[in-house]
Amino acid sequence: MEFLGEVAAWFSDPASWEGRNSIPLRLWEHVSLSATALALGVLIALPIGLAIGHSGRGARAAVAITNIGRAIPSLGWLGMVLPITLVLFERGGLGFLPALIALVALAIPPIVTNTYAGLREVDRELIDAARGMGMGERRILTAVEVPIALPVILAGVRSSAVQVVATATLAAVVAGGTLGDFILQGIFVRDLPRVFGAALMVAVLALATEGLFALLQRLATSPGLRAATDVGRTS
Amino acid sequence: MTPQARPGGAVVTFEHVTKRYGPPGVPPAVDDLSLAIPAGEICVLVGPSGCGKTTTMRMINRLAEPTAGRITIDGQDVRDLSAVELRRGIGYVIQQVGLFPHLTVGENVAIVPRLLRWPEPRIRERVEELLELVGLEPGAYRARYPASLSGGERQRVGVARALAADPPVMLMDEPFGAVDPILRDRLQNELLRLQAKVGKTIVFVTHDVDEAIKMADRVAILRRGGVLAQFDTPEAILSAPASEFVEHFVGADRGLKRLSLAKVRDLQLIQPLIVRVGEPRVEVRRRMEVDGTGYALLVDAADRPLGWVDSAELAADGTLTEEEATPGAPPLQPETTLRDALSTLLGSSVQLGVVTDERDRVLGLLSVDAISEVLRPDATAPRS
Repeated sequence: MEFLGEVAAWFSDPASWEGRNSIPLRLWEHVSLSATALALGVLIALPIGLAIGHSGRGARAAVAITNIGRAIPSLGWLGMVLPITLVLFERGGLGFLPALIALVALAIPPIVTNTYAGLREVDRELIDAARGMGMGERRILTAVEVPIALPVILAGVRSSAVQVVATATLAAVVAGGTLGDFILQGIFVRDLPRVFGAALMVAVLALATEGLFALLQRLATSPGLRAATDVGRTS
Repeated sequence: MTPQARPGGAVVTFEHVTKRYGPPGVPPAVDDLSLAIPAGEICVLVGPSGCGKTTTMRMINRLAEPTAGRITIDGQDVRDLSAVELRRGIGYVIQQVGLFPHLTVGENVAIVPRLLRWPEPRIRERVEELLELVGLEPGAYRARYPASLSGGERQRVGVARALAADPPVMLMDEPFGAVDPILRDRLQNELLRLQAKVGKTIVFVTHDVDEAIKMADRVAILRRGGVLAQFDTPEAILSAPASEFVEHFVGADRGLKRLSLAKVRDLQLIQPLIVRVGEPRVEVRRRMEVDGTGYALLVDAADRPLGWVDSAELAADGTLTEEEATPGAPPLQPETTLRDALSTLLGSSVQLGVVTDERDRVLGLLSVDAISEVLRPDATAPRS
């Protein structure tokens, strides 16, 4: 009880809310780093997933590469990237950039594999029907395959997003700020309420991300793809 | 079938078409096929699996490209157009129908008109017209999703979708392969009725000889390796099979199969005494006495059959009610083949079928005797 009181005291201390080490600043660092990493991850992974999912070619290579990506822990990515960015950008090679690269590497695999799997699951008969009616390959992809695979694709983006938000904490190790910084500080100065408070915020942020994408997934899915039972005879 | 002005069809010809999957030397899937399908006819491609019937059909809209030879539609080589343009002008129906689950019925039907960039009001009008044509009330069906439809309804939407841009040629790949026999008979009849209105050139693939004989104006029987065994009218194939293979493929029961050539509408129907719900029983009894058969067919206000009324069981007074009917008359349609009618009648307790039109109104009765009359050796299967 006393501990929770100390956590509350940290949250209510005006000093926690202003200056160069404030909660809003660290939160903003956390959210902007995560959002940028996710956006870049989608930008890289989606075209790859769409290309191999539509053509069925290159699937084995792409899955192998993404699995290697998955096998390397995010801390490992940081360790590999940091020396390179430091050499290339000197002081600019610290903080945001190496953290971003590690998080993008983390974001890519679930999106590639889900996009690929989602497209391959689309009934071949439907694609044959689409082609037989005179749809070009690009239109088959955008008007048939992607809308039908969308729930699966978005599930991939959602799991990437949650992982990125949770892992962005590590950016603190390379001076990237984020809520992880409070955790590091807390460990160094043995201020456990601060560690706990920051971890709590990361958890809430991750859950909020999960919720947001679940909602998005639901909104973006055609009613026709939901179970036949709740497809509106009235709609 | 009566020769009549066929509005919408085109002639499809195959000239020495060969399709080989793999290098020369591999046996071809289709071997030097030449045939001409007249405009406005249903041509059924039939044969055992591996005979190349589906490949043959898919070469018409270039889902498969011939290795050698030429295919033309109304004289124009199918390779003159881009594959995409060509396909937009050819209707396509596949076995699992292939309706897009994420689109509504209306959106599914509108696909090809949208690809052709028709103006929206024209598309909306066309969708209404097509749904009505296949017997689905537009107001009730347009906004529904395929998942909420029955198998028969999906099939109808599939046909409407294929007809959307009014193509002269329709390709149908085992369209009724996945539905139960009773529904299949109904859908076949509907397609024949529809074809009488639209007059498309339909290339129809099936592995079912009975379906081929029922649907076809002309049957192309293919054998393994894509060799054409016979291309002729169903009558000619049944009465004069060109080879042992055809004879064998058509089956030993050729005599019985000839019943598939004739439809219920080709026979003289018996006109029963018809009484209507709400008629005074006194009046009914008087009419049954005059008629003398001892039974009458009870129909509802819309002329739909309810069942039989027996004079012996008729109550003294009051008016006829629906509950008085003894059901059990198997329903038949004018387009049902005599073969299907016979098997339906033999399987029911009352060997007298009630023939109804597309609105379910009574047209008359058909007895087993009338069908066996056709089977007499000296009788020829009537086909008007």
